[in-house]
Amino acid sequence: MIKLINRYKNQITAVSGILIVLGFILGFLGYQNIKSIALIVATVIASVPIVINAFQALRMRTFSIELLVTIAVVGALYIKEYTESSVVTFLFLFGSYLEARTLEKTRSSLKKLIDMAPQEAVVLRQGKNITIPVEGVEVGDRVIIRPGGKIPVDGSIVHGKASINEAAITGESVPVSKTVNDKVFSGTIVDNGYIEIIAEKVGEDTTFSKIIELVEEAQETKSKAERFLDKFSNIYTPAIVLLSVIVYAITKNLHLSITFLVVACPGALVIGAPVSNVAGIGNGARNGVLIKGGEVMDILSKVDAMVFDKTGTLTKGKPEVTDIKTFNNWDVNQVLKLVAEAETISEHHLGQTIIKEAKNRGIDLTEQSIEGEVIKGNGICAKFDGHELIVGNRKLMKSKDIEISRDVDEYAVNREKAGNTAVFAAIDGRIAAIFSIADQIRSDAFEALVELRKNGIKKIVMLTGDNRHTAEKVANELGIDEFYAELLPEDKVEFIKKLKSEGHTVAMAGDGINDAPAIATADIGLAMGESGTDVSMETADVVLMADKLSQLSHAYALAKATTRNVKQNTLLAVAVVFALLAGVLTRNIHLASGMFIHEASILMVIFNAMRLIGFKG
Amino acid sequence: MTKAVIQLETLTCPSCVKKIESALNRLEGVNSVKVLFNSSKVKAEFDASQISVDKIKETIDKLGYEVLSSKIS
Repeated sequence: MIKLINRYKNQITAVSGILIVLGFILGFLGYQNIKSIALIVATVIASVPIVINAFQALRMRTFSIELLVTIAVVGALYIKEYTESSVVTFLFLFGSYLEARTLEKTRSSLKKLIDMAPQEAVVLRQGKNITIPVEGVEVGDRVIIRPGGKIPVDGSIVHGKASINEAAITGESVPVSKTVNDKVFSGTIVDNGYIEIIAEKVGEDTTFSKIIELVEEAQETKSKAERFLDKFSNIYTPAIVLLSVIVYAITKNLHLSITFLVVACPGALVIGAPVSNVAGIGNGARNGVLIKGGEVMDILSKVDAMVFDKTGTLTKGKPEVTDIKTFNNWDVNQVLKLVAEAETISEHHLGQTIIKEAKNRGIDLTEQSIEGEVIKGNGICAKFDGHELIVGNRKLMKSKDIEISRDVDEYAVNREKAGNTAVFAAIDGRIAAIFSIADQIRSDAFEALVELRKNGIKKIVMLTGDNRHTAEKVANELGIDEFYAELLPEDKVEFIKKLKSEGHTVAMAGDGINDAPAIATADIGLAMGESGTDVSMETADVVLMADKLSQLSHAYALAKATTRNVKQNTLLAVAVVFALLAGVLTRNIHLASGMFIHEASILMVIFNAMRLIGFKG
Repeated sequence: MTKAVIQLETLTCPSCVKKIESALNRLEGVNSVKVLFNSSKVKAEFDASQISVDKIKETIDKLGYEVLSSKIS
């Protein structure tokens, strides 16, 4: 029964609207009695869903706006104000209909994203291509995707190549080309080409599902202001009932006291902040920026100091070996093989770069397990093939008493000044080679930093584990205020603590894994690069899905715009409440007009929030 | 512990959230309930030996909200 009434709420609204119009026409023609009957019927019909809602909420011990309206309508019927009672109930229903329709719009960004979810998959089973619903794909399945097809699960390409539109994940619609061994994500689309992949993550474990879940959760997370308003409305509603009783006791004017009841409904105040946040978070999600909730949005907008990790954040994070200089008569390929073998114990990106270079030069690596240790932030020591290898930075050489001669040092400094990282390799206690490794600055870095400053960032700092010279070159090129080089992860944490104690609101942008402690320490942690690694999606407050710094400036501008929007809505709501109360007390506003202004203010805050959907920064 | 994600018809009033949450919390065997207002979903954790997902769905239905689909994990 209740369900039936809820389903036909729109029809009920329409019928009551028609009855009101009919009543007025009849009244105009002189049939006052029939007019009253029409208006009473209109009131009763429209009251049904309102009263049910009020009653249900009351049973759950919550005071709803519907309860206020119900009391007001009963009062209006009692003093025979049929016009007022019918218009109030109609406007309330019609208002909530419009509210529902417009609210849907503020949620549309997420809905568009969900609509991108794949439905079907073509998998190879027992030598046959079969089409199955996406839920049926299992880890290890070989999945076939043809041009125009949606990739159904996360996996690696095992055959073919394609250009892929990853907008669903990164918000970036320029296709990227991928081939064997590259990772592909569920929800992305094969623009052209043909690929076969092995499924690695299916169902709710895919990056796409995780994004949806994160955004859904984020839209529910309330900011401090919202939590306050929630509590406030719980006290506010019964307080209004009490106040209207007092008004009646003093003035003995029932009409005035029920008018007071209706206009004091806290509608726009309660809905104002959430709609802005939902629209803002939705905008971010569509542009590949995951902002985890209203609270994060609020703090992000207050950030005035921005700290960047260098490698992988300001630079591309794909370093290349630009030169290998040998000393003491070592052969280049011989050194490269030994060092690359030793570096297999290291996870560090510089080590990985050396391994990659060895493979590119066609050097076979045994990849056997090697005896050695990783000295975090400095390098490695290892034994291989009867040689003792020490590979890493100057600090490591010094601590192991490796002598760095003048010409070796001069060469290293020169390479560093040219923007390279110099990796020293010592074999059996003597320097054998210097590897120059360079990492290019991201093409959009300069512009993004300019944007950030324009939007209110006062201080931009770069922290890096890399050497001074390389850091200086990057810092100068990008116009960074301060930079600190040769830092260990814990130094970065200390630095952020210091900035915070100086009174800055600090955001730290890093790659999510190496910088996880610093990201967690900052007021706002931003993870970028490595789109969608589990770690970064969980620890960071803001995740940038595409490897782009321009998304960072968008996120910041969006946070500012959203917070501004929340403020506008709150201000508007409070102003309307005061104007209404003043209007009631001076007898300028009556029941029906009060309800109209109340509903109009709700729609106004929703419309204001809708402006955020198309926000471009 | 069984987890269910129940998709409802579009929720429009923030007070619905409280209604559904407190009604489900009162059910025997339900450990935690979270209503996602903006995506109109109910996430519930319950003890499958004490209560079935159908009973949960029925309770939501009785409150006046249509259940569109549900997923159990």
